[in-house]
Amino acid sequence: MATASAAGTNGATMRKAGDWARRAPLLPALIFVIAMTQLPFVATIVISFMNWNAYYPDERGFTGIDNYVSIFTDTNARSAVIVTIVLTTSVVLISLLLGLGIALLLDRKFRGRSAVRTMMITPFLIVPVAAALLWKHALYNPEYGLFNGILTWVFGEDAPQPDWISNTPLLAIIVAIVWQWTPFMMLILLAGLQSRPLDVIEAARIDGASTWQIFTNMTLPHLRQYIELAGLLGAIYVVQNFDHVFTITSGGLGTANLPYYIYQTFYTAQDYGRASAAGVVVVIGTIIIATAALRTAFSLFKEESR
Amino acid sequence: MSTTTRKAAPGSTDATSGDRLAGRTFTHQKPPRSHMLLTVLAWVVGLLFVLPVLWMVLTSFHSETDAATNPPSVFAPLSLEGYQTFFDANPWPPLLNSLTAAALSTVLVLVLAFPAGYALSIRPVKAWTDVLFFFLSTKMLPVVAGILPLYLFAQKAHLLDNIWWLIVLYTSMNLPIAIWMLRSFLAEVPVEMLEAAQVDGAGLARTLKDVIAPVVMPGIASAALICFIFSWNELLLARVLTSTVAATSPVFLTGFVTSQGLFLAKVCAASLVVSLPVLAAGFAAQDKLVQGLSMGAVK
Repeated sequence: MATASAAGTNGATMRKAGDWARRAPLLPALIFVIAMTQLPFVATIVISFMNWNAYYPDERGFTGIDNYVSIFTDTNARSAVIVTIVLTTSVVLISLLLGLGIALLLDRKFRGRSAVRTMMITPFLIVPVAAALLWKHALYNPEYGLFNGILTWVFGEDAPQPDWISNTPLLAIIVAIVWQWTPFMMLILLAGLQSRPLDVIEAARIDGASTWQIFTNMTLPHLRQYIELAGLLGAIYVVQNFDHVFTITSGGLGTANLPYYIYQTFYTAQDYGRASAAGVVVVIGTIIIATAALRTAFSLFKEESR
Repeated sequence: MSTTTRKAAPGSTDATSGDRLAGRTFTHQKPPRSHMLLTVLAWVVGLLFVLPVLWMVLTSFHSETDAATNPPSVFAPLSLEGYQTFFDANPWPPLLNSLTAAALSTVLVLVLAFPAGYALSIRPVKAWTDVLFFFLSTKMLPVVAGILPLYLFAQKAHLLDNIWWLIVLYTSMNLPIAIWMLRSFLAEVPVEMLEAAQVDGAGLARTLKDVIAPVVMPGIASAALICFIFSWNELLLARVLTSTVAATSPVFLTGFVTSQGLFLAKVCAASLVVSLPVLAAGFAAQDKLVQGLSMGAVK
């Protein structure tokens, strides 16, 4: 009896020791990530319920939901929410469609295909601030930018010389971001296209299926998870875009998105409480996207481990 | 327009499959016209996308007066004026800071990610999928959600304008991507080979070197590439947490946000120099780029 129970506890401790041996390699990364991402966010939640402006340190204290009320009544904050939604959805949709079209063009054998692929990737390899500077000064500038230069070339001295950024500030930002993210979409979709089972497609072709039929009935369903992966990864990055908004318009002309709004509230206005409340709102919004993203990642993941 | 392409489609189907067969028997048939048109279209689109970069390169080699003409002077004499004024502004400290932050955070990421990936694949912990998805979910937490506490902590701990604080933050920013990638590669290590190594009495070091490394090396390279690029590009954290000593290249570039007279050649030279490491790494390892961007989901 006694020996049996001793053996039992011994086995349990050994199993426990084995469990910890398995966990040990994981712990440094896990603890590090929790400390660097979860703890700051908890602090953000706490600060979001405080009246805390670095310019008025004496008035620091808890105020309940005042910051949230001011966020939902502040026109700037509401506009930032709308800009974020418009910016993210339009960039992701346009670059996905362009990326799909270009991936289809590149999924054929032709002379110079790898050269075209390399040219296509280039925009993604420009540092985002540098790319935004390029669009702002070298392309959009009304006096010496390339766009108005081309207009002068084509239409002569009387050519219209629009001020692209002032006329359509948000569109100017969207185009510049689409230019950088289309290659990303294209790369993932091209990888998806090239993983199609070619023998099945060949068989369908011999059975008389048209290119369009093959595209809608075989290629698109196969691509679906790649489209979802590209779209959702793209959304995660574009929702956080700061570089282009900061560089091209400095958040002016109604183009401030939530990351820029938070940066401004915390860094320039030093209103820590309100910036934190906005941060919490962003996270809630992101959770909605992220749930979809995680589900996609999970379905891809299950297929891969099958 | 759309009707013609649709009409042409069935014909082109037969032609392309015929072309494919012909390619196999070494007798290349004349490619059909739709094929030609698509090739031309691909080239046009590729050129359109690369045009802004080519324009940046050309402008960076023009003098400031030639860079700011309208209509643009494409064939103006080449000049190094832009590069001279850029390097006169002493961009070396920010470039070195970027290199330090990107390289060291990448090393730290790999050191932490490899054992974690091991514990999530080869000898998995219980509920390892939950842990894996926890890591992924932290990647979806926007940087702005934690930036204020990270700033306040740095202020208290005297870590503001300190490159080490950026290195630590970049490590946590990229760690989830690297763990996902390395896990997906480690999961491909054949179990039989691990067992065989164990039976042969191979130690952990030998198993790592002979069995695991050959399978995982490409994954480590992809993870390193993508972590390096993301750290090199990062602006928001660097802008908030550094000022003069530890400022990185993107922060240096923000000095060009407002126009300063004739400065286009200098802006283009600066943008190009700062982007060069990313361009070089990305071109050299295009396939690794796809693996990294899709977090290992596309191999």
